[in-house]
Amino acid sequence: MAELVSIAGIGKSFRNGVAALAGVDLDVTEGEFLSVLGPSGCGKSTLLRIIAGLMPPSAGKLDWHADGISGRIGFVFQEPTLMPWAKVWDNVYLPLRLQGVERDAAAARIGDILAAVGLQGFEQAYPRELSGGMRMRVSIARALVTEPRLLLLDEPFAALDEITRTKLNEDLLALWRRHRCTVVFVTHSVFESVFLSSRIVVMGKRPGRVTSEVKVDFSGPRDADLRLSAPYAETCRAVSAQLTRAMT
Amino acid sequence: MRDFLRLAQFVAAMIASVFFHVFDPAERMSETWRFARIAAPVVVGVTFLLAWEAVVWVNDIPPYILPGPWLVAETLWRDGPSLMGSLLVTLKITLAALAAAIVIGGLLAILFAQSRLLELSLFPYAVILQVTPVVAIAPLIIIWVNNTFLSLLVCAWIVAFFPIVANTTLGLNSADRNLVDLFRLYGASRWQALRYLRLPSALPLFLAGVRISGGLALIGAVVAEFVAGTGGAETGLASRILEAGYRLEIARLFAALLLLSLTGIGIFAVLSWVSRLLLAHWHESALPTED
Repeated sequence: MAELVSIAGIGKSFRNGVAALAGVDLDVTEGEFLSVLGPSGCGKSTLLRIIAGLMPPSAGKLDWHADGISGRIGFVFQEPTLMPWAKVWDNVYLPLRLQGVERDAAAARIGDILAAVGLQGFEQAYPRELSGGMRMRVSIARALVTEPRLLLLDEPFAALDEITRTKLNEDLLALWRRHRCTVVFVTHSVFESVFLSSRIVVMGKRPGRVTSEVKVDFSGPRDADLRLSAPYAETCRAVSAQLTRAMT
Repeated sequence: MRDFLRLAQFVAAMIASVFFHVFDPAERMSETWRFARIAAPVVVGVTFLLAWEAVVWVNDIPPYILPGPWLVAETLWRDGPSLMGSLLVTLKITLAALAAAIVIGGLLAILFAQSRLLELSLFPYAVILQVTPVVAIAPLIIIWVNNTFLSLLVCAWIVAFFPIVANTTLGLNSADRNLVDLFRLYGASRWQALRYLRLPSALPLFLAGVRISGGLALIGAVVAEFVAGTGGAETGLASRILEAGYRLEIARLFAALLLLSLTGIGIFAVLSWVSRLLLAHWHESALPTED
């Protein structure tokens, strides 16, 4: 598979002198589900924001190997980050509206994506009327409605309960397969990263850097059974060990 | 007489504050408390009026010093039509000033939100305009502006516009950071960010500013008329209060005062209702309590 973006020697120091990232090298391959795993404060969110172009790096550079990628990036924040004054439909319509797509022209796509995330029938609801999990679904639908080539997720399920989180993990995988986009998923959960990813990058702290990399490949489908299987447990143990080493 | 005037003002303020609580959408309660919220202040008010009437009657206080509430009511009924004419004049100035405050205040806030430098350079002057007592500027404005209505309007506007500017500027600058990032990610133009993000984010604070400005516009209109006096055939309520004071027609003075208070409460109630209507469904302040 071709590379989508090459990150070379990225560093980020903030004005207060804190070095969040130093010498991060990372290639993101087209079509993969890449998890960035690390303890809190290792700069993984910062890395994601740099990839999104929301923050300039202080050192190093990003090489995009595809044309016209800007405007084709979806971003899901830690919080659902919905507009409280707008209904679900209008929240999902936002990216298209900003790109100048008329409401009528957008209707079919919005209907499709809302159905895909399991929110049909909630088009006219306001965000406050939804549960935390459903709000996150709206947020994911909003990120996917533009059919992005790269989907960036910043610990999107960290605030959700275990049951909702498990369900959303499975649904996210289904969406990834359907949309065939590249995903970079930031998390601090070993189990989540192993369940979701085709590749895991482990990051260490002070300054934030990539310490190791684990390829994840399971023969069977990724479903509830996988979570209880021996290969899953084994991979989790291996990744945990990497994470422990990264933190020392 | 001064003391009684002050007393009357105090009573009006008390009644007004009670009404404000009743109309305040942020504070809603269960049935019993809602009943008590209306009933309790009504009981207090009626008791107070009865006591007032009794004191006047027992001590035989002449009406040019303190008229009883019954006489005030009678006077309001008798002079109502002519007082209403004056109220209309005051109300016109108030509403025009409020409209000007909303338009100019809102536009200034949008201007401030576009450029930090612009805000830094102009905001102090808005503050100066706000902290200078309107009574002190009014004579100047009356000299400069030939038209009486317009000069009163300018005075009332100066009193009313600041809360809208300050609140709306704050609101425009307090849009959700992540949403701001999201708009950037999708390459939103300045106009799109204003239209779809900053303006809706600012709406609750803007409306809170408008509610404050509504009352201030009325105060500004009355104070300005006190200073400017009457110009021409049309006189507002302030002139009627002054006139009634000179003639020791204290009952009419009270009646005019009562009308002013009721107008203030009415303006607040209408603005609160509009605010609730616009924020229904999404803003915490307009949501019913869940119990």
